[in-house]
Amino acid sequence: MAGNNSVNISFTVNGENFNNVNVPSRQHLADYLRSQGFTGTHLGCEQGACGACTIEMDGKAVRSCLVLASQANGANLKTVEGFDDEMMEKVKQNFLKHNAFQCGFCSPGMLMTTKEILLNKKKLTRDEIRSEISGNYCRCTGYQSIVDAIEECINEIN
Amino acid sequence: MDDIKVNQNPKLGSLDRPNSYIGRSLPRENAKKHLDGGGQFVDDLTLPRMVHVAFLRSPFAHAEIKSINTNDAKKSDGVVDVFTAKEIDEVCKPWIGTLGHLGEMRSPEQTPLAKKIARWQGEPVAVVIADSRAQAEDALELIEVDWAEKEAQVDMETALDSNAVVIHPELGNNLFWTRTVNQGDVEKAFKKADAVVEATLDFARHTGVTLESRGIVADWNKAENKMTIYHNGQAPHMMQHIIAKHLDLNEGLVRIVSRDVGGSFGIKVHVYPDEMAVTAISKKIGRPVKFIADRLESFTTDIHARCHKISGKLGVDKNGKILAMEIDDLSGIGPFSMYPRTSAIETNQVLNLSGAPYVIPNYKAVGTVVFQNKTPMCQYRAVGHPIAVAITEALIDKAAYKIDMDIDKIRKINFIPDNAYPNKCPSGVPLEDLSHEASMDKLLEIMDIKEIEAQNEEDFKKGVLTGHGVISMCEVTNPSPLFYGVGGAHISSQDGASIRLEGSGAIHLSSSITEQGQGTEAIMKQIAADQLGVKMESVRVTLGDTDATPYGGGTWASRGAGIGGEAVLKAARKLKDNILNIAAAIMQTDKDTLDIEDNNVIRKNGGEGITLQKLAETVYYRGHELPKGTNAELLATASFLIEGIPFVFTNSAMGCQVSIDQDTGIIKINKFWAVEDCGTQINPKLVEEQIRGGVIQGIGGALFEECVYDNQGNMQNATMADYLVPMAYEMPDIIVDHVTTNSGRSIIGAKGAGEAGTGGAPAVIMNAVNNALKQVNAEVVSQPITPEKILKALGKI
Repeated sequence: MAGNNSVNISFTVNGENFNNVNVPSRQHLADYLRSQGFTGTHLGCEQGACGACTIEMDGKAVRSCLVLASQANGANLKTVEGFDDEMMEKVKQNFLKHNAFQCGFCSPGMLMTTKEILLNKKKLTRDEIRSEISGNYCRCTGYQSIVDAIEECINEIN
Repeated sequence: MDDIKVNQNPKLGSLDRPNSYIGRSLPRENAKKHLDGGGQFVDDLTLPRMVHVAFLRSPFAHAEIKSINTNDAKKSDGVVDVFTAKEIDEVCKPWIGTLGHLGEMRSPEQTPLAKKIARWQGEPVAVVIADSRAQAEDALELIEVDWAEKEAQVDMETALDSNAVVIHPELGNNLFWTRTVNQGDVEKAFKKADAVVEATLDFARHTGVTLESRGIVADWNKAENKMTIYHNGQAPHMMQHIIAKHLDLNEGLVRIVSRDVGGSFGIKVHVYPDEMAVTAISKKIGRPVKFIADRLESFTTDIHARCHKISGKLGVDKNGKILAMEIDDLSGIGPFSMYPRTSAIETNQVLNLSGAPYVIPNYKAVGTVVFQNKTPMCQYRAVGHPIAVAITEALIDKAAYKIDMDIDKIRKINFIPDNAYPNKCPSGVPLEDLSHEASMDKLLEIMDIKEIEAQNEEDFKKGVLTGHGVISMCEVTNPSPLFYGVGGAHISSQDGASIRLEGSGAIHLSSSITEQGQGTEAIMKQIAADQLGVKMESVRVTLGDTDATPYGGGTWASRGAGIGGEAVLKAARKLKDNILNIAAAIMQTDKDTLDIEDNNVIRKNGGEGITLQKLAETVYYRGHELPKGTNAELLATASFLIEGIPFVFTNSAMGCQVSIDQDTGIIKINKFWAVEDCGTQINPKLVEEQIRGGVIQGIGGALFEECVYDNQGNMQNATMADYLVPMAYEMPDIIVDHVTTNSGRSIIGAKGAGEAGTGGAPAVIMNAVNNALKQVNAEVVSQPITPEKILKALGKI
């Protein structure tokens, strides 16, 4: 059965080497990462609509439910567990300060999207921030506190 | 430390002291784990020899299962077994979703898997157990079912017609439950009225769309006869009882663990057939079994909400005084009433709460609840409130327009005055400690109605339809045993807290209230540290584990702070009293000369004290040093329940301004204001976030969300790309303010704050939209108010 085919690939996750690992050819990257204990990557819809599984792949935000694990060959991946640089620690402090999450299920994806916003180094209005995060679903907060947190991050960084 | 934003309850002690945490917007340090990817959600758990399941679900809304052949599926790679109703029923007894205290409810027995007939699209019919979910899904395709599709009863409005398809023939028709409330004499009063207005509104089905889907891991340990369930629910002790009862287990040997829960909103407080099947499978095969709903399963099997058509009539005299109100509500709940809370409560709340803020001497309400072949409908955030508030507030606006009175004025002259409590809803439900007058005054103060009206007129000149609305409402919170327990459901109204001083000087607190992101852990910590006199960081909290917490109801109906918080307060005060007694014995002084501050027992006169760590070390390790007869109890427990009233109500006033694009029909919410009176706010920031999140869910129901069905009962938009939830770009900032009237039912004085936003937003949005449309003599009466409905109302399509 097709499900048993596997592909041999190498990549890194948060700087850790994964050399010559066999991944099921049909498994998406989010499922693979979760199976390896990177459970901070969450699955909300498995069709790219909710943004919860957003991770960093070679410096870009990707939906890990829309990428096959086998496509990660040679890639450097970063998940929420690896968001520990100075900028991301600051972002987390602002998320905490503004209570920019309640249940925490959307947070890994929301943080990744925030990182991309900050790396663009643009001053954004609140409406523009709302537009930037409009691919990330949060059922709890109503978004205002998330916008507050990101706004403060932008002000601090720019 | 943040400044206290609100007046505090004097019963809670002086504000000007160390460790004064109640009333402060402190960040949730405990929740930072979520930002580090360290949450522990059900799907994050892997147990040795754990298997996964996938359910074969009915593709039809109504069909006979003539035969099921699972032979090929059983041979598929990685498959452990395949079960149908026959195997599951051997270990799990059926249930019936009725209660005994609200008149006759009729709902048939329900089993985890459908037996001969499937009654909604998505109902589980068979289940594959395999080494991985993917392998289980592969094998699903090899199950052969001989279906005989039956005509489906989809439309609730024809469900009681003589030619309707009767979903449960043994019941004779599709009626689940009906109730009539009759206070005074509406007929007579309408005749006296100077103006009578009418409205018929309909509310589509929507659903919770928790970002984390429902999930469960059941782990039957035969050696210990113990069932451990990891479950993302809201009421662990309720689940403990139900799983023990239906699987015939020793209730004491069923453990429910609910760690992090990725949103719930009432969706996760019910008993679901697929989750019961999972526990039965674990019992049968003796291995841990995991089920995580995928998004399609969430849309077609998580409970849906609303689904109402309501007609209302309001009579006023020429001065705007309400003389009578009458409503007639119809609701469709799918093919079964949900267990154990029943699917009657939403309609019951509509009947109880319509007109609640106002003096309405004559009130009649009829509710009718029918079966249909759609996903089961049940309690979701703000149960019944959006319907009750929307019909009431729509009628009041209509009356105001008819007699040419300002929309705020007509409300003010009809409010139950703030000084007239205790009082009663028009339905007769008792009310106390409310502040509609003060809350509306505060709302009008922060809104600036005059400026808004000027803006509306200005926009109209430019061809943009802009309008505004204001509403008032009551929110059911902190229920007493009269909500469920009295009807026979084993759902605890009482909650407990247990707090201890440990040898290290640390404080450990456990509570039967659960956390789903609201900030339960944070507020419990604030209450305990505040009342005990210790630093927040010295308190750690355990929640969501029936083996480790006191018995209680859990988190639903906005009861965590008001009920669970009071239990924590009482337990902390008891522990403090014990500590001071022990300290008095050690320090050879009178207890009244001592207090606790910053983890030290201090002498009020300034002399040398003793740290809690030293005191604990003396008690635990050198108990022989204590004077004989000292009661060295460093563990305290307390419980609390609401007595003497069915619910503690919160009240809220909301306002908004919307603009409508006449070419596209798109509604833009320009501004939204909410004033909430939930009594003592333990953490004002968390209260405000409950209100904001609640309002946004209400906006979702008002403008976007709908489970769309075709006339065969197939859900048409069961994906997150097709079902519209509120996303950041369309949502407004929400201005929140407060009035504080403490509940007299507790020391802490807190009422709930979780649901008013969701309950009130649909009404105020609809009123604002109709205020805008009134300028061109148009009106909408159906939610969600889609652009299509706007364009139809404008006569453009």
